[in-house]
Amino acid sequence: MHPVVKTVLERLGLGLATLFFVSIIIFSAIEMLPGDFGQAILGQAALPETVAAFRQELGLDKPAYIRYFDWALGAIQGDLGTSFSGRNASGADRSAEVVDKIAPRLWNTLFLASMAALIAVPLSLILGILTALYRNSFFDRSVNTATLTTISFPEFFVAYILILFFASLNQIFPSLANVDPDTNFGERIYRTALPAFTLTLVIVAHMMRMTRAAIINLLASPYIQMAKLSGASQTEIILKHALPNAWAPIATVIAFNLAYLVVGVVVVEVVFVYPGVGQLMVDAVRTRDIPVVQGCALIFAVTYILLNLIADIIGIVTNPRLLHPK
Amino acid sequence: MKDKFIKAQQEKLTLGAIDRRQFMTSAIAAGIAIPTALSLASDAIAATPKKGGKFRMGLGHGSTTDTLDSGTSENHFTLVNGYTFGNHLTEINNEGKLVGELAETFESDDGKTWVFNLRKGVEFHNGKTMTSEDVLASYEHHMGEKSTSAAKGSLSPVRSIKADGKYKVIMELDSPDTDFPYIVSDYHISIRPAGDMTSGVGTGGYIVQSFEPGVKSVLKRNPNYWKEGAAHFDEVELLSIVDPNARQTALISGEIDAMDRVDLKTINLMKRNPNINIMQATGTAHYTFPMRLNVDPFGDYDLRMALKWAVDRQELVDKILLGYGAVGNDIPIGTANYFHNSDLPQREFDADKAAFHYKKSGHSGKIQLSAADAAFAGAVDAAQLMANSAKKAGIDIEVIREPNDGYWSNVWNNDAKGWCACYWGGRPAETMMFSAAYVAESKWNDTMWKTTDSAVKFNQLVKEARKELDESKKRDILYECQRLIYDDGGLLCPLFNSYVSANSKKIAHGKIAANWDSDGAKCVERWWFA
Repeated sequence: MHPVVKTVLERLGLGLATLFFVSIIIFSAIEMLPGDFGQAILGQAALPETVAAFRQELGLDKPAYIRYFDWALGAIQGDLGTSFSGRNASGADRSAEVVDKIAPRLWNTLFLASMAALIAVPLSLILGILTALYRNSFFDRSVNTATLTTISFPEFFVAYILILFFASLNQIFPSLANVDPDTNFGERIYRTALPAFTLTLVIVAHMMRMTRAAIINLLASPYIQMAKLSGASQTEIILKHALPNAWAPIATVIAFNLAYLVVGVVVVEVVFVYPGVGQLMVDAVRTRDIPVVQGCALIFAVTYILLNLIADIIGIVTNPRLLHPK
Repeated sequence: MKDKFIKAQQEKLTLGAIDRRQFMTSAIAAGIAIPTALSLASDAIAATPKKGGKFRMGLGHGSTTDTLDSGTSENHFTLVNGYTFGNHLTEINNEGKLVGELAETFESDDGKTWVFNLRKGVEFHNGKTMTSEDVLASYEHHMGEKSTSAAKGSLSPVRSIKADGKYKVIMELDSPDTDFPYIVSDYHISIRPAGDMTSGVGTGGYIVQSFEPGVKSVLKRNPNYWKEGAAHFDEVELLSIVDPNARQTALISGEIDAMDRVDLKTINLMKRNPNINIMQATGTAHYTFPMRLNVDPFGDYDLRMALKWAVDRQELVDKILLGYGAVGNDIPIGTANYFHNSDLPQREFDADKAAFHYKKSGHSGKIQLSAADAAFAGAVDAAQLMANSAKKAGIDIEVIREPNDGYWSNVWNNDAKGWCACYWGGRPAETMMFSAAYVAESKWNDTMWKTTDSAVKFNQLVKEARKELDESKKRDILYECQRLIYDDGGLLCPLFNSYVSANSKKIAHGKIAANWDSDGAKCVERWWFA
């Protein structure tokens, strides 16, 4: 078997094992949450009998390991269970499937994440290469200062500054990114512009500086010196000789930031009132809607594992030493 | 005399019975200068509701677990949404008075048997005519053994409910309660068509078009709405915008027309905006620090009294509510309530009295006070301020910061904690507030004030008040009830918080109700675009 295929399969197996452990961690962590769904939904108004009726109906009186296996077996078949909310012992059952609840939100999150990624990834690669090319110049320093400034501020601050200039003082973009399934594509892009810019500003520095560092690091190696001596231009050296060897660290950082875009944008969602999956999960934790919390956590785990797997594979595939073993 | 005449003419103009010219003629004839008459006329015209427009409101609540079932309604978003598409047997109008809604009239001879005469010709959004069958089904939804409705507790005194023909419902209570018609105005007990309690079909002024829990509710005017002079907007969009900053930005940039819960920290900046009105209503909502009598050392009368005198209430109003509220007097009844006992002297910070009672109680050491901002915004700061002022009287209060998570199950109304922070929305009727948290059999009796002589007397008096049909006798009894809580109870109530909301100047409205935030949570059917 080709060593690349072997490595990829190995990584895939490791990913699945990780997922299994993560699912146990998620389940136990949620078991340890204080409070209870009935209490949370009825708030101050909860009477012990009503709460007990809720618990029995939701099957919360069964032992934890049985509930774990029920859930894990369902999850393997793509069934994340039924949400706790909307249940009512005396009326019609209007509770939604967790999958139906998460799907539209996940789609919103992925939309915002891809929009931010489409701006941020090319931008940071180009800036990274340019700053490596003109390192220590005025351009390099100003780009570094600017990106470091935006990453140093908390994201809600960046968001409010953007709102102040682009929604409040000059009403160019809306401050509310309240999209729904009927919103058409153009409107959707317009409404999510400010959150996407915020995320871009927050993640560009990391990726751009990694690209720059990886390339500059390689520029000191003997084979680049060789290329230089053979008369290759600076641009040629960076794009043809340095970059192919720098993909592995860059891909890792990009994967890390993409994962962040999917799982870590709760604050931006709250500021712009964007109905994303982060907000759904926070709500679900607050109201102890356990199936939804578990579903979200599992999807987040899969996102991290998948993106890291892809980064690893890119690292392997683009690494000449692994591609051409002796 | 003249004022009375002009007022009557203004009313006619508001209702459209006369036009502007006729009003001017009569005003000038009554001897009023033209500029004054002109401004009187425009005041009256601004008060005339106009139809149309799309009303967008940002609410500081809303969660993905929200439903259209009124039984699980628990936050201000579901409350406003529920009152927008649904009606109840009775309602509290914007003057704070109880009037019939789906019940045209209601009566009782003994306070025990209540007859509700239903309004005829009211249609549900699905076209079905509302009859006693629907009322029965709606009430059973909140009453059965297995009901998970939050209104189960407040309807527990109902022994039986039956229909007498299509338009009459008779409810029999376990014991007399002359304030029972207030209970049926509760936002949980919405009247829905029999067999469909959860899909959001009601009789209200707006029909639900789409409802996305925790995101928004979109509604359209009900063309067959029975209530006159209500539901003026064509379309309504209720948005859940939990972040106060996002809500305020949306109002300033014109993306919404109204919002609830203005952040008091930035209210002065909002006030400077020429397009925005700030509204304040002090109603029945209050912040409390209940002391549990069954937990040491709060069983001691003098210790409770010492703590009641050790709080600088005005400082709390100034620093926690930033002036948007009023001082509380250790009774759960506010000035907005009809039978508020105003004879009780207002308790103020008095280090000498506090020290005197503290010494008499013989207590020494720290007194623990649990607080979290889940109780109310600024609860932890309020507790710190109380600890500071108590220090001046030689009382050592240790503030324990509790997690917001699980606060209502692990801290509040729990014997593990003797003293904590809490809030109450208040109740329109005094006996309802007492039943909610102060009578012995209440499950939410967070002060556990049950066995002292005063408490026993209080419980008897509340029963008498419920029976009493004579107003002045009822007043005497309720005043005495309040005095008993004031003196002996475990309730420390330093603050009555105001509802502070903001809306665009395009919005017009009549008098604002104070029983709930957002004009009694009925702003959607009461307001209009000027």
